[in-house]
Amino acid sequence: MTIAQNMNGRFIAGIDVGTRMTKCAVFDVAGNTVVGRATLLTGHNLGLASQKALEETCSQSGLKTSDIFYVASTGYGRYQVPMRQIQITDISCHAMGAKYLFPNTVSILDVGAQNAKAMRIDEHGRVMKFKMNDKCASGAGRFLERVAKGLELELEEIGSLSLRSKDPQAISSICAVLAESEVINLVTTGYPVEDILMGAQLSISDRIVAMLRQVATDGEVTLTGGITKNAGMVKALEQKIGKHLNVCEDSEYAGAIGACLLVKRRLKKLEEQKVMVDDSTRRAGV
Amino acid sequence: MLIAGVDVGSTQTKAIILNENAEIMARGIVNTGANVVKAAEKAFNEARKSAKLEEWDVAYTVGTGYGRYKVLFGDMQITEISCHARGANFLFPKTRTILDIGGQDTKGIHINEKGEVVDFCMNDKCAAGTGRFLAAAAEVMGISLDDLGDVALRSSNALRITNVCTVFVETEIMNHLSKGKKGEDILAGVHQSIAARSVSLVRRVGIDPEITFTGGVSKNKGMVRALEEKLGMPINVNEDSQFIGALGAALFALERAKARHDGEAVTAKEEARP
Repeated sequence: MTIAQNMNGRFIAGIDVGTRMTKCAVFDVAGNTVVGRATLLTGHNLGLASQKALEETCSQSGLKTSDIFYVASTGYGRYQVPMRQIQITDISCHAMGAKYLFPNTVSILDVGAQNAKAMRIDEHGRVMKFKMNDKCASGAGRFLERVAKGLELELEEIGSLSLRSKDPQAISSICAVLAESEVINLVTTGYPVEDILMGAQLSISDRIVAMLRQVATDGEVTLTGGITKNAGMVKALEQKIGKHLNVCEDSEYAGAIGACLLVKRRLKKLEEQKVMVDDSTRRAGV
Repeated sequence: MLIAGVDVGSTQTKAIILNENAEIMARGIVNTGANVVKAAEKAFNEARKSAKLEEWDVAYTVGTGYGRYKVLFGDMQITEISCHARGANFLFPKTRTILDIGGQDTKGIHINEKGEVVDFCMNDKCAAGTGRFLAAAAEVMGISLDDLGDVALRSSNALRITNVCTVFVETEIMNHLSKGKKGEDILAGVHQSIAARSVSLVRRVGIDPEITFTGGVSKNKGMVRALEEKLGMPINVNEDSQFIGALGAALFALERAKARHDGEAVTAKEEARP
């Protein structure tokens, strides 16, 4: 049995364990499409979160977990996914996923809860240049979470609310924790909530775009990560970059989808080298 | 004559009422919350009621802290740096260095023998090394902020906390917890990390004994020990350490009230003159 036969009708799962959300995508190798996706809060137990995400994705697409041929994990919690056959850094996965979603992608901004990353990729989806925030949450989703908390709003509602802003109020604090108090001050001073929100989003965007400028300024920019669900934030980033950003419904799953694609490429390569991938070698992490 | 000091901090608002001999008659403390004006009133009223006083019994009030301009009933505002210096000098006259760790600010203040500020520095860009850092740890671990220090003191093997950012530390703690590390060891690490950051801040103004520890975090025994270990010397704390800003404000208020009182007396005498 060749690997191609082996892979046909089989499914690859990519699990992206982020600091806030765990995303899972199931990829149909034969159909070359994403057939299932699920996202849930990561919480304390990363292994459990990844397991639940996989189960939910499978049940959604009418599969059993045993139908999954290969599991790839990525994201900050990738080493804590018990059923993984391989772990891949989230940088490579996002690059691959973004290229799949938007084939003309030149640079990628991945903004998650705790990290913001800027990447420049080549025509094969390989990462050429890369920058990330690693010391502080000033340019990440957590900043918005804190602002939402200060305003006593749900994270999910702030994006659409901020779009109503006519006169954004700048936030001077860089620190996510100090911004929370600044926001409370602005509220007591009587500024409209939508203006405070948009001001906060523009101020994070400033920091994220400064990072992007260090890796690339030309070509199409694809936005990935949880931030893509916030329409206000997409608008703020577009305003600061001065061009359109590629966003679609699967943008949040770019890491998980990228993981599937990298596995697919790897299996193809193994096939070319005539290495058999069966249950025993697969378990050994070939 | 009674006077008051109200210290409106980012997290808690403290009020103190003194009599004319500078003896503490009452204390009040409330969470600041979103409505700063109300918090100032509440803390003041709490102190006033505990001593069974009416509003008009208090002759003069000084507001201090980040919300000092929201103390609408105050007669005057003085920066918390001067108030902490004054209060620390009053409680511990040999104080030359003050470390004030509050909800979102950490300050190092160098003072002279009269309790006047010689130099000061503070964190202003980031919440690392402030009370918020501890509050974040408490929240992630599901431990009340008041118990945090005592839990940390049980540790014999403090873990090293590598992150500086308060937000990142939350994730780091979660990681340690998911790997089965002991809560007390994680917390001891958190306390040591704040102590290291605070001590390097105070070093910028010069560390001269005696050192007095003020602000809300001074209630935390684990923090006191971590600081003493880091500094290699004892630090002054007592049950009123959290009220030192309010106390300093009240002492300034007393001074002003007396001056005004004397001034009035002089004027009255002058008027009586033919």
